Parts: sequence; structure tokens; C-alpha cells
Amino acid sequence: MMRRLWITLTYIVFALLLIAPLVKIFTGSWADGLNGFVEAITRPQSLHALMMTAIIVVVVTALNTIFGVMLALYLVRAEWISPRMKRLLNSLVDLPFAVSPVIGGLMIVLILGPNTVIGAMFEDAGFKIVYALPGMILATLFVTFPLMVREVMPVLQEIGAQQEEAASTLGAYSWYTFWKVTWPSIRWGVIYGVVLTVARSLGEFGAVLVVSGNIMNKTQTATTLVYQDVENFNVVAANGIALVLAAFSVGLLLLMEWAKKRKEVH
Amino acid sequence: MHIEVRNLNKNFGDFHAVRDVSFEIEKGHLIGLLGPSGGGKTSILRMLAGLETPSSGDILFHGKRVNDLPPQERGIGFVFQNYALFKHMTVYDNIAFGLKVKKQSKEQIRERVMYLVELTGLKGFEHRYAHQLSGGQRQRVAFARALAPEPQLLLLDEPFAAIDAKIRTELRTWLKEMIERVGITSIFVTHDQEEAIEVADEIMIISKGRLEQKGSPWDIYKNPQTPFVAGFIGESTIVDNIGEFKGFEDAASSPGTKALIRPEYIEIGKPGEIKLASATLPGIVKHLHFRGSEWMVELLVGDTKLITYRSLEKEVLHPGDKVSVLVHRAYLFNDNDSWIAENTLKVDPMPIHI
Ligand SMILES: Nc1ncnc2c1ncn2[C@@H]1O[C@H](COP(=O)(O)OP(=O)(O)OP(=O)(O)O)[C@@H](O)[C@H]1O
Ligand SMILES: [Mg+2]
Repeated sequence: MMRRLWITLTYIVFALLLIAPLVKIFTGSWADGLNGFVEAITRPQSLHALMMTAIIVVVVTALNTIFGVMLALYLVRAEWISPRMKRLLNSLVDLPFAVSPVIGGLMIVLILGPNTVIGAMFEDAGFKIVYALPGMILATLFVTFPLMVREVMPVLQEIGAQQEEAASTLGAYSWYTFWKVTWPSIRWGVIYGVVLTVARSLGEFGAVLVVSGNIMNKTQTATTLVYQDVENFNVVAANGIALVLAAFSVGLLLLMEWAKKRKEVH
Repeated sequence: MHIEVRNLNKNFGDFHAVRDVSFEIEKGHLIGLLGPSGGGKTSILRMLAGLETPSSGDILFHGKRVNDLPPQERGIGFVFQNYALFKHMTVYDNIAFGLKVKKQSKEQIRERVMYLVELTGLKGFEHRYAHQLSGGQRQRVAFARALAPEPQLLLLDEPFAAIDAKIRTELRTWLKEMIERVGITSIFVTHDQEEAIEVADEIMIISKGRLEQKGSPWDIYKNPQTPFVAGFIGESTIVDNIGEFKGFEDAASSPGTKALIRPEYIEIGKPGEIKLASATLPGIVKHLHFRGSEWMVELLVGDTKLITYRSLEKEVLHPGDKVSVLVHRAYLFNDNDSWIAENTLKVDPMPIHI
């Protein structure tokens, strides 16, 4: 009896937390009818912000996939890294999980901002990092970095090095071995990591806000635009952008479920 | 391929896993690496394959040093303990892997793979995945895969460990035949001495990182060179007070001498059954165990427990029976020396020193 009650209560809490806002966003964005919604997302600043988000998602996902898989391979397989060094790197990977994204963004400003030595050097070379796209990509990369490594490492550990060693005794070098032997085993883990990275970089707010300065039509992303619209009491527009983001998230969620199933099968 | 290993050492951190191992293997021989768990057998095999770097020492194939050659260029085939088949590939693709790496033509690959499939009795299973095969079939796929690129040396790490006892005997006879037919130098690891004795041309006994002895199975059985080998091969009982046994009184002259006595060195009979009565000791039957084809008899001679076997054809003994015990020979050893001694009351009184 008590258990029933608890389960029901949990469902109600989840419904309130997840479904209610979604419904609210949906109705909110249609408050002025279809025209209001279309207008909200076709404003120049909306299109620009969505494009910025798209660029960040694509670049960050690509970089995170390549470097995440590489680091996972090194941390699990490389013999030339001493065990102590591996432990250190391993705990460094988790740093973004432990540090608030806002602090992460702040660290980038403090190290690479226009008033720092390194930042000034880049600026002189005509390459702006903070308050520009590169800084925003860097900040998002910082926040999403553990996702891929943490997905791929356990898979590599589980399959062990023996299949790869067998391939090497059969004459295959590392590149061939990676694509023919390692990749088929880790690909579902990688796909899962990609989905997580896309979802995270799509919704990242804190780190990007600090690094970008949130300049309209320049360094504004979809999430920081929603924030600004809310600040300006432009609720319909805020809901419109939020709905677009939410639609992507639901799509990703479905993709994630599918990838997870495949991951378990293979 | 002719193989030579000189003063091979391997340290894992401050753990010395392989100590100063040297040996030579003739072309075409089948060698069994035998020894207790953790002795360093796998480590030696992995260094030969190039999967592990020796801490010091040389490995020579055909007289050429190969220490710095990666596994890809050593021309070896390796069969892993749990086979390490490529699990997302079919039997066909597993066997073809080494040939595809060599960029052979489709027809060449097909021909070679089908030949090996035939040879290993896997016909009809080419399109199965590893998880759809039995342990014995996987073992054969691993074997075929290793043989496909025509290696000059085949290394097998406990190839039968994961297979049940019955199929195991079948498979090892099959493997021996197969290796003889292909004529390839091979080394296989096992900790089953029966397996090593049955299959290998020569056995190397490895314990605690050291090569204790290398020789033919018969040689190792007959002339064990260290107490470890004597105790490890066959069954045996250690006797501390061998000097008190009839026919081995000489042993008492060098203090600290102990003996290893194998069951087959001991003969027992009802009083009067054994001709050489003067060489026998009185004993008491303590336990009898039925071992399928014979009795295992536990005896007490004075305070010393001995073990021997008795044919089912002979009169059945019972616990508590008094028997005469004749010890034909014993493997004696002390801190400085080890030798095989015959019962002096039975034969020529000169012990054979080795
Ligand atoms: N990568 C490693 N790091 C540290 N120690 C190791 C490593 N590989 C092996 N050892 C140690 O070296 C010793 C020899 O190991 P090895 O695997 O060669 O033994 P083995 O004779 O093959 O044993 P088994 O019959 O159980 O397979 C063991 O004590 C083992 O713990
Ligand atoms: Mg081993």
C-alpha cells in the first residue's frame, strides 16, 4: 500500500517536472498562433543564434569524438604511459563533471581573455578567442569532454587487448587493427557518446554565457537567446526557441534509447 | 624455424617473472612448456611473439636477433588461451584476416581458407560467428586463423584449457597430427603434465621464472635433474628418513638427504608373495581407493606414509592387512646433490650419479 503510494507520488513529481514545462512551452509558443511562432524563430537574431548553436554542436561533437576516442585508447591500452600518469589523467577527465560550467567558462576567460598574456598574443595575431566563437567552442568542449571518454573506456576494458594482439600477430598494424577489430566493438559506445555530446552542447548555457558575453547577432546561442528573451519579457519568442530545442532533445532521447539497445546487443 | 633464446629476463615492476632463461629449439619440433601456475610460461611465449618486450636477453630466429622486430614481422602464429577470435567476424573472415592484411587476391584467399576449413574439419561452419560455435570448434578456428599466413613458428597458450576432458584428449591427438602434417616448429603451454608427455617431442619445465629442465618426456621422467622436477613429474611421496629404509642405508651417510619415491617404484605383496624377502620392509595397509583400473593403496611403513598402485587381478587387500613392501628405487637429494639410487639389496650396490 505504502509502496503504491510512493510510486504514484514519484510519477506525479516527474510529470510536474518534465511534462508540465513541455506543455507550457508548447502552448506558450503558440499563444499568438502559428504566425507568432514562425515570427519568433525567423527573427534575424533567432536564425543567427540557431546557426551558432549548430556550428558549436557540429564542431564540438567532431572534436570530442576524435579526441575522446583517442584519449580512451591511450588511457586503456598505451604501455608507454606509466600507471601513475594514467591515474592522474583519468581523474583529470572527470574535472568538468566536478566543476560548475560557469567556473569552467570563467577559467577560460581568466586564461585566454583579452587582458591576459596568451589572449593578447592571439588577439595581436588577429585571432579572437574569448567573446568569440573559438572560446565558445572551447567552453562547450570543456563541459562535454568526459562524455565520450567515459562511454568508450569501459567498452575497451571489457573487450580486452587480446583481439588486437591477435591481429598484430597476423600482420596487421595499428590503423588497420583499429578499423577492422577495435571499431566494430566500440562503435555503439561511440554513437551513444555522440548523442550525449550533441545533447549536452545543444543545451549548454553557463559556460557559454560567461565566455561569449552574449552579444546579439554575434556570440549569441539558442540558449542564451532564450535567456535574453525572458529577461526582456518576450515570452512567446522564448517559448518558440525553447520548443525548437526541446524537439531536438526528444529526437536525441529516442536516438539514445535505440543506441543503448544496440550497444547492449553487440 | 630454428629458435634460440639467451639469458632472457622479464621484470614487471620489481617482480622478476622470467629469470635467465636460455634454450634452443630445432626446426620442426613440438615443445611443451610445462609448469605450475604463475611460473612465467605465458610471459615467455609473449616475448617470443613480440607482444612483450624482454627486460634483457636475446631472442634469435634462424640465428638473427629479433628483439626489435614487432609482432607483425616475426612470422609467428599465436593461439590465445581463450582464442581471442574476432567476435564480429564469421569463421571465414577470421581465418582470412591474416591473408587480407597481406593483400592477397580474393581467389588466393578463398583457396587457402577453404583448404584450412577442410583441414580443421570446419566445413559448413564458415558463416557462423564465434558465439555460435562450441569450445572445440573455436579452438580449431583459432588454430586455422594462426596457420593461414603460413607462419614459421606456432605458439599455443594452453590451447585446451577451456575444453572438457573428453574432447581434450581427442583434440590434442588431432593437434599433434596436424602440426606434424604442416611441419611447423611449435611451442605450447600447458599445466597438464599428461598432455605435455603425450604430445610434445620435448618438454621444458618452468617454475618461478626459471627453466628447470629441458628434455624428452622419457628423459625428464627417468632423470629429473632437480628435486622440483622429480616432484612435479609423476606422483611421488617425500620421505625424510630414507636412511632407515632397507637397501637405502647409504643415504644416511650424507646428512639431510631426503627421498622422492614414486608409486611405481614400490611393490607390495602379502608376506611371502615377494621373492626378495630380505629387501622388503613390513608395512600396514591404511586405506584403499578404487581408481577405475587399479587400486591406490596407502601404506604405513613405520611412521612414513607411502602410496602405490595394485592391479585388480591380484588378491584384494583390506585396511589393516600386513604387507611386505619392496622399494625398488628412490630419487635422493640434499642441498648439494641429487641422484637416483637403486635398492642395494636388490641389485648392484652402485648408485647412479647424474
Ligand atoms: N602485465 C603484468 N604485470 C605484472 N605482473 C605480471 C604481468 N603479467 C604477468 N605477471 C606476473 O608474472 C608471473 C608469470 O606470469 P605468467 O602469466 O607468465 O604465468 P604462467 O606460467 O603463464 O601462469 P598460468 O599457468 O597461470 O597461465 C605471474 O606471477 C604474474 O602475476
Ligand atoms: Mg599463462
